[in-house]
Amino acid sequence: MAYLDHAATTPMLPEAVAVMASLLPTVGNASSLHAAGRRARRVVEESREQLASALGARPSEVVLTSSGTEADNLAVKGLYWARRREDPRRRRVLVSAVEHHAVLDAAAWLAEHEGAVVEVLPVDAVGRVDLAAVAAVISADPASVALVSVMWANNEVGTVQPVSEVVALAAEHGIPVHADAVQAPAQVPVAFTGSGLAAMTVTAHKLGGPIGAGALLLGRGVPLAPLLHGGGQERDVRSGTLDTPAVAAFATAASLAVERRPERAARLAALRDDLVRRAIEQVPDAMVNGDPSPAGRLPGIAHLSFPGCDGDSLLMLLDARGIECSTGSACSAGVPRPSHVLLAMGIPEDRARGSLRFSLGHTSTQADVDEAVAALAPVVERARRAATPASARPAVAVPAGA
Amino acid sequence: MRVLAAMSGGVDSAVAAARALDAGHDVTGVHLALASGAPDHSGRSRGCCTPEDARDARRAADVLGIPFYVWDLAERFRADVVQDFLDEYAAGHTPNPCLRCNEKIKFAAVLDKALALGFDAVCTGHYARILDGPDGPELHRAVDVDKDQSYVLGVLDARQVAAALFPLGADRKADVRAEAARRGLAVADKPDSTDICFVSDGDTAGFLRARLGDAPGEVVDERGEVVGTHSGAYAFTVGQRRGLHIGRPAADGRPRYVLEVSPVQRRVVVGPAEALDVSELSGVRPRWPGPVPAAPFRCSAQVRAHGEAVPATAYPQGDRLVVRLDAPLRGVAPGQAVVLYDSTRVLGSATISASAPAAGSTTGASRTG
Repeated sequence: MAYLDHAATTPMLPEAVAVMASLLPTVGNASSLHAAGRRARRVVEESREQLASALGARPSEVVLTSSGTEADNLAVKGLYWARRREDPRRRRVLVSAVEHHAVLDAAAWLAEHEGAVVEVLPVDAVGRVDLAAVAAVISADPASVALVSVMWANNEVGTVQPVSEVVALAAEHGIPVHADAVQAPAQVPVAFTGSGLAAMTVTAHKLGGPIGAGALLLGRGVPLAPLLHGGGQERDVRSGTLDTPAVAAFATAASLAVERRPERAARLAALRDDLVRRAIEQVPDAMVNGDPSPAGRLPGIAHLSFPGCDGDSLLMLLDARGIECSTGSACSAGVPRPSHVLLAMGIPEDRARGSLRFSLGHTSTQADVDEAVAALAPVVERARRAATPASARPAVAVPAGA
Repeated sequence: MRVLAAMSGGVDSAVAAARALDAGHDVTGVHLALASGAPDHSGRSRGCCTPEDARDARRAADVLGIPFYVWDLAERFRADVVQDFLDEYAAGHTPNPCLRCNEKIKFAAVLDKALALGFDAVCTGHYARILDGPDGPELHRAVDVDKDQSYVLGVLDARQVAAALFPLGADRKADVRAEAARRGLAVADKPDSTDICFVSDGDTAGFLRARLGDAPGEVVDERGEVVGTHSGAYAFTVGQRRGLHIGRPAADGRPRYVLEVSPVQRRVVVGPAEALDVSELSGVRPRWPGPVPAAPFRCSAQVRAHGEAVPATAYPQGDRLVVRLDAPLRGVAPGQAVVLYDSTRVLGSATISASAPAAGSTTGASRTG
């Protein structure tokens, strides 16, 4: 068994499991005024401080949510509504072409239902947003821009985005920038304060915490309309009883992930490079997607295209051999589609369809990499034989390792 | 064996997969996404057949504890089944899309991919049997005659039959439902699917009208006399009696039936019931689930999924097939399949391209589509 899908979700850290398990039997609503409520509130606030410290933010900037998807929706819709209320001309929503669907679909929903005009910011061949295009799109009419959303690091190919440069371009015109940073904190340095971001999404289960806990880091004084209405527990922009055990486990995981990041990032980068090098030895026409420079990408992601294969065949054959990876971000219906990220990078549809993401995390070992590499050649050969006519066409190939 | 179980989300395919598992096979479930959904704003298609069917299939696979994947065959299905269905109707034929799907999708695209991926067989919930015979596996009717689906499997060739598993062929539907319930499969009480899967509301005429447009023309009798009008010849099927909207009664006062549909001339010919009688069928694209016959042979011929099989003699002629019926058969439309049986065994099939009327019929000429 080799679990190489840490970008989908990574195992909980034992310390986070212990914290969560210890709190699960404890009663207390953090909004209650009695002693049980106060005990829960104390855990939540200590966790908030711990999260803020791990993510380079102030405790008051941490808005707890139930997921990264909720935080992305809150940022995109909440910023749009608040900015448009201040000035009805602000209808443009600028999103990079490689955003997660939690951002892309939230923006598209605003276009369909709320009169937003969504403009997609193009990326280059490694998946990095084109800053000249960002500058041009903003300066075309800065007064009409409601917000910009550009992720910290891409979840499929791992390319790190020039967030501070985007912030600089937007800041000239007082435009708020949101960054989806769910893949980042365990792998690259992330600090909210000083980034100039108005809002940033993080989630627990990508860094060793539980599924079902996330946060939107929201700058003080940034106007935001709520998505969920009710008790107003989180700065009146997010309602819902806080999940005290999950919040505490999130904070524990974030703090340990950041503390251990330098050592782990170096280890994962070495494993990842080994995986890529030996994958290309096994399958010489395989191609690497994303930024070839270690400084420009997450250390734990290896994204490869195997010409002449269907990604779903590769995944199924690897799964049968106990190797778990992904063809891109999982789709709820399970119907594989060529990744919008790869297409935005200019990768032809056939090559995009034959791509796999191997993502490493804190439990990854050399044995995992060895197992994946050993399976690759026979799996690719078999998938090629099973390829549908469309993907059997010779791919327009960039040489491996280019 | 490594078996790929095609799981539609219905009760039959779920129990078939469970049976394959019980038989000791290494089973993987796959749901075929066949309906084309319009891509949404983000470029993703939201289209599975129906999301509920995909979910039901996934739940059944979970209960059985087998791996499960969704294969997107929407483009192949659109080109090979839906477009073929439209083209056939536009040509005045009466196609059977289930047959085409079995021929082109389930036992071609899916089977080929499965074999290439290292599977040994494809398992489905069809009611039919594969029995060992002296010349290899034979395709036979199901034991439950009401559920028998051997007609729509008549298009399989010997290679496809050899790689197919139909674990339900010896069962009655009610028993399969009871077994599903016993196994904890939530699909146990899901209703049977009856209509054409891509015609969502069962309104085939409406489906065709929306895609083929209005093509008004005349309804004429056997002598060529105009007796009415229609808004599209494709909406008529040979043998149809109702919905003709003929103003004037026939001279003899007897009911009239559609005898011929000619979309190019936009003409629908009607006449008395006995003019529907045919005694000879010509078929194209013959398919043989067993040995390919060289000489004429006695058989029984069936021209509809739930029609009766009648005694006949078949004359294989390379890429054509002629079937002479011992007694006339009523209402045979070009585009339908004729499936040939020896008792319960399927011997072959062909797509009907023309028929010749029974002797003594009032229409003189043979009809072609």
